Amino acid sequence: MRIAGRGFNRCAPLVTFTFDGQSYTGRAGDTLAAALLANDVRHVARSFKYHRPRGMLTAGSEEPNALVTVGYGAAQDPNIRATTLEIYDGLTARSQNAWPSLKHDAMAVNDLLSPFLSAGFYYKTFMWPKSFWEKLYEPIIRHAAGLGALSGETNQDTYEKAFAHCDVLIIGAGPAGIMAALTVARAGADVILADEGMAGGGRLLSETYDVNGRPCEKWAADQLTTLSNMENVRIMTRTTVTGAYDQGTFAALENIVLGNPEAPKECFWRIASQRSILCAGALERPIAFPNNDRPGIMLASAVRAYLNRWGVAPGQTVTIFANNDDAHRTALDLIDAGVTVAGVIDSRAGALALGDYPMFAGGQVIATKGRLGLSTITVLDCNGTHDIQTDCLAMSGGWNPTVHLTCHMNARPTWSEDILSFVPIDGAIPKMLVAGAARGVFSTLGCLAEGIAVANNTLRELGLIESQIDIPTAENSTYHIEPLWQVDGKGRKWLDFQNDVHVKDIVLAVQENFRTVEHMKRYTTQGMATDQGKNSNVVALAVLADATGCGIPETGTTTFRPPYVPVAIAAMGAGSQGHGFAPERHTTSHKATLDRGAPMMEARLWYRPSYFPKPGETTWLETCNREVAMVRNHVGICDVSTLGKIDIQGPDAGAFLDFIYCNTFSTLRENRVRYGLMLREDGHVMDDGTTARLGLNNYIMTTTTVAAGQVMTHLEWVSQALRPDLLVRFASVTEQWAQFAVAGPKSRDLLNSVLDTTIDDENWPFMSCGSIDVAGVQGRLFRISFSGEHAYEIAVPSRFGASLFRLLTAQAEAMDGGLYGMEALNVLRIEKGFITHGEIHGRVTANDIGFGRMVNQKKDCIGNAMSQRLGLLDINREQLVGLKPVEKTGRLTAGAHLFIEGEAAVSENDQGYVTSVCYSPTFGHDLALAFLKDGLKRHGNRVLLVDHLRDVQTWCEVCHPVFLDQKGELSRG
Amino acid sequence: MRLPCPLCGDRDRREFYYQGHALMLERPLRDAGDAAWDNYLHNRDNPAGETRDLWHHEAGCGAWIVVTRNTVTHEVLDAILVEKARV
Amino acid sequence: MGYSGFKIIKEGLFGQKGWKPVWRNPEPKPEYDVIIIGGGGHGLSTAYYLAKEHGITNVAVLEKGYLGGGNIGRNTTIVRANYFLPGNSEFYSHSLKLWEGMEQDLNYNTMMSQRGVLNLFHSDGQRDEFVRRGNAMINQGDDAILLSSEGVREQVPFIDFENTRFPIYGGLLHKRGGTARHDAVAWGYARGADQRGVDLIQNCEVTAIDIESGVVKGVQTSRGPIRAKKVAIVVAGRSSQVAAMAGIRLPIESHVLQAFVSEGVKPLLNNVVSFGMGHFYISQSDKGGLVFGGDLDFYASYAARGNLPMAEHVMDAAMTLMPAIGKARVLRSWGGIMDMSPDGSPIIDKTDTDGLFLNCGWCYGGFKAVPASGFAYAHLIAKKMPHKTAAKFRLDRFATGQDLLDEEGTGSQHNLH
Repeated sequence: MRIAGRGFNRCAPLVTFTFDGQSYTGRAGDTLAAALLANDVRHVARSFKYHRPRGMLTAGSEEPNALVTVGYGAAQDPNIRATTLEIYDGLTARSQNAWPSLKHDAMAVNDLLSPFLSAGFYYKTFMWPKSFWEKLYEPIIRHAAGLGALSGETNQDTYEKAFAHCDVLIIGAGPAGIMAALTVARAGADVILADEGMAGGGRLLSETYDVNGRPCEKWAADQLTTLSNMENVRIMTRTTVTGAYDQGTFAALENIVLGNPEAPKECFWRIASQRSILCAGALERPIAFPNNDRPGIMLASAVRAYLNRWGVAPGQTVTIFANNDDAHRTALDLIDAGVTVAGVIDSRAGALALGDYPMFAGGQVIATKGRLGLSTITVLDCNGTHDIQTDCLAMSGGWNPTVHLTCHMNARPTWSEDILSFVPIDGAIPKMLVAGAARGVFSTLGCLAEGIAVANNTLRELGLIESQIDIPTAENSTYHIEPLWQVDGKGRKWLDFQNDVHVKDIVLAVQENFRTVEHMKRYTTQGMATDQGKNSNVVALAVLADATGCGIPETGTTTFRPPYVPVAIAAMGAGSQGHGFAPERHTTSHKATLDRGAPMMEARLWYRPSYFPKPGETTWLETCNREVAMVRNHVGICDVSTLGKIDIQGPDAGAFLDFIYCNTFSTLRENRVRYGLMLREDGHVMDDGTTARLGLNNYIMTTTTVAAGQVMTHLEWVSQALRPDLLVRFASVTEQWAQFAVAGPKSRDLLNSVLDTTIDDENWPFMSCGSIDVAGVQGRLFRISFSGEHAYEIAVPSRFGASLFRLLTAQAEAMDGGLYGMEALNVLRIEKGFITHGEIHGRVTANDIGFGRMVNQKKDCIGNAMSQRLGLLDINREQLVGLKPVEKTGRLTAGAHLFIEGEAAVSENDQGYVTSVCYSPTFGHDLALAFLKDGLKRHGNRVLLVDHLRDVQTWCEVCHPVFLDQKGELSRG
Repeated sequence: MRLPCPLCGDRDRREFYYQGHALMLERPLRDAGDAAWDNYLHNRDNPAGETRDLWHHEAGCGAWIVVTRNTVTHEVLDAILVEKARV
Repeated sequence: MGYSGFKIIKEGLFGQKGWKPVWRNPEPKPEYDVIIIGGGGHGLSTAYYLAKEHGITNVAVLEKGYLGGGNIGRNTTIVRANYFLPGNSEFYSHSLKLWEGMEQDLNYNTMMSQRGVLNLFHSDGQRDEFVRRGNAMINQGDDAILLSSEGVREQVPFIDFENTRFPIYGGLLHKRGGTARHDAVAWGYARGADQRGVDLIQNCEVTAIDIESGVVKGVQTSRGPIRAKKVAIVVAGRSSQVAAMAGIRLPIESHVLQAFVSEGVKPLLNNVVSFGMGHFYISQSDKGGLVFGGDLDFYASYAARGNLPMAEHVMDAAMTLMPAIGKARVLRSWGGIMDMSPDGSPIIDKTDTDGLFLNCGWCYGGFKAVPASGFAYAHLIAKKMPHKTAAKFRLDRFATGQDLLDEEGTGSQHNLH
């Protein structure tokens, strides 16, 4: 029910929205909860386990009940708190976890069965017969899971991520936060003032007293205007600080105003601060009395928020039940607004009424009625029991400081007997101070004063001059509270409203010896719902302490962990959907490659062509076979720029490489190239590649595409940490050079058709390198081969890459050659027995791949010592071999395992496995590289290849891993 | 988490690559024996408290640094270049 | 007391008054045959199998906090037997078999749910590695199916097959893998051990290990000295500190691993799914929360909490792989302390001290190992001989290089896993 003339948005335009298909009108600035209550809609949800009817409990982000689903299709957004969702024109919200309707929910039958569904009942049953768990019981349980539903459709909304930096982050813009911000900002520090509300002000927006003679919400607005005009202040509303992390880093979630299709929905902030001040206020807690969960029963602070802030009376006839002074403040505000107060039940025996309302001092609510909404309560006091007709009960069991962020780095709060709640310990978060209600100071004046004082402490720590600011005048009432956790009486006394945990569940947990707070929580699910126990934990702890006979301080708390409010995966992962997850690296031939219709494959961040189909070719294999034959018979061009290239210079460059590689490079002659093998310190192979000596003190190293980054980090490590004595410097030049393989018997002819000076075998023998000019551009030529053919790699500065690629392609095609892709490259290298990371997969030694003699024992190098461990020299290790099918048509598959004739294909008999496979058009059958136990000695043996996954069994002959041209005559020729 | 690179100042942890305990700076001689190498590469005090470990400012200046840090609180006490740590 | 559906009904009718404590709260005795240091999953299952398989019941489990409060209380509950290196294969295969009989064995519903573990691959090379793995699993007597991209789509239709940065080439589906209710596993083993006479002693921190002439004699604790013929350390997250009490310097670094759970949403994801091009794996709990995680934060830590870079990476990977879950909200994040061994595989071994045993180094894979680890450790403690399924989990393998168990192929030295 809307109260005329009340609420900050009383003049705001009307907004139309729907809830469960019914159209309603609210006012701009309403939350969905406020707008529904204004329309007298109290029952908005069903609880998780028993599907009990529920209404709004709170008016904030801690709401456990009033969760709704917004939108349809890909925009469908479940579990939105109606208490924080701002309404907008066209908003479609609906209830969740109810079928067929909110009013008639079939699963409410669970509530009738609740005597059998006590805490942890599922651990004790559903075990017989064994197969029924998977087939019957679990599907039923899973079917009941969850609250709202995801659509299953790909996200279409935009989310953002951003960084922010400041001197002081102030969390919460209530009275303490505002004063802290003013104090810090006047001293010149950069301030971020973050508040989860749609406007700053905190509780000041929901109360009716004055600050400095102004209505408190107007005073707050004035101060925020002042702050927003300061250049060193950034006010972030609708921004909840969700987590505290190391070195002053905070996470925050900004909700962008909904209903604007242009704007992102949310922004996830990473805020790096020098200091922080937590002014997060406090949250009111319920009282556990019988059937305290009916729609219409809510926290007193929420009643005041709806009444004062939005001008909405949550009921026609309100009653109030409390153990502290808040009861009376609520009653007075309601009476002022013209709402009937049917009674104030104050559990404190001597409590006095502060206004004209029926008073039940020393009373308790012992029963409630009203299935879909509160209708009657029963009060017990010294005069006996009284039934009171009421449709709204405002309850207050006291206030809990919002200590959550102070627990994110493992600190535990301590119990305060003064406020009967937990307060944060000093230093819980390094460089964070806590002010106001968040540390148990509940009067407005106290919060204002603390904001200034704590801010000045912060300024001192920063070495800045303190600000002299007068403390505004404000109410300074003391907070009186007496313990009241639960009320005796018939019926369930709910604690965790969403998970349907009640007092007896905790008593049962204690009875079964789940007495520690963590056992209780895990056994009953207390505090594990979407509010993470913000409403219920303290009361539940008190109930636990009562049941065990230990005090609350000894009982302790469970831990609050990030995030403070739930954060959408899409917000924390903003920007990564689709291709945003990782950068794309393109070679200079990328566009020309796409233009030729080559399918691309990912090679880590790079894209490389799989094959270059010609018209009429229908399968990749057909194209691949042609490309292989083209290279073997004519000439092929392939972009190899993705290989890591590291330019290494300095007088000790050779010595450095000797230490990096297991073989020797200081002895390499200038203008010569050598194959190098790099070990990890643990003695296994890390990477391989060729390194060329371009000059006396200048080498250029190539790495595999995959390991380029790892090798660069490794070189930095060795150079800076292990061998700073060596005069050497290096830089990655992978991006700076475009490099192309020119491979095949016609490769030299092709090069001579484009180079400014021709080359010959005498000046450019196998494994030579040097400078060349191509169309006036200085480049580099390496006579190296990854195909086994007479071949070169030609490199030019990247800006010339695209044109050189075009030139080489045209020349090759004029010579019956052309482009080849990764598929053909793979076939060519397997035919020649060249290894890739398929073979050097991290677990192999130089010995395993037949390169043991490359580990030069006359010098130290990375991995040398550990490569000589007995286990790495064991002759029974698996060694690299080639495999050929015994029948030419036999199929070989990578990942298959190898067995001996007559032995079953089981683990105990495993002889090895296949790493790389291709169909070789050169040989007309499949070829494979494999690791085989004692493989070097088994050339000529027969093994059975077994691939269970693909249902392949093939007899193979073990052979040398180099199938083609073992003497290397082709590449030298 | 932020680390103070001696060359660049305070930077977010995501700019750094982690390598483990700083004893990796004390590489044994090749023939120091199996035990020395086992201790170098494998065995660790692994303190719950103050430790010195190696970080590489990979997405920054490229420096390898030794950070003195508390493994329980994540407090960072000091950071120096490895070349200074070796002396 | 035995649990059954009948009991549930009976107690429901009589106000739940008849349920008995799941375990006793015994005072420590002056001496035991075996002391197990650590009341986590592995410690409790060790105690259970010592009693059940070997009849050794004069046993105390000493736990400094509460039972099941270590990594078994903070993990992503995945159970699988998809290892491929000899030494790991037989062990995890055995563990999965024990999982499959656990509920009947323990008379406790640990909600083992064999919903299938699906590892995605994104290149030909990755597929080849997964085929090798899958074949090893079948050779070991376990199950694996190779799925094409279309086959993956049938399992998880809401993966982004059209626009993801690293396309889905296919997946390896391990149908017998799945999830279990982690706390219930600890409680089930605890109850089973307690029923067989094992003393489970909480709030009892071991402060020293008593050794005389190379023979273990007992321990000092916050509740006084306790003598024992055998002492078994199984304290993931504190292994280095406890081993140091016996003068042992372990090949372990402690790292933090984060995990996340979302608000409950209606059932959407049936399998456990892992991404192959970033650090992300996910399942949906029986309560509806999406349970997911990624990689280590990558710095030595005992803080049991993480930082944003890895948390964001996990969300980034989630969004490129399955943007349909973007509107699920992360409800809670937590961190566990992992014993990271150099090669990523565990250690179950004797020590140089007679009667002192060691079980550690589970890295981020300890949950699925709980049954077989306890089984093998109990065997080692009882017989002083390794069980055949865990014979390769030797402490000296790093020194010798023999039978290194580097499943990832990233190396057998620290900080590569």
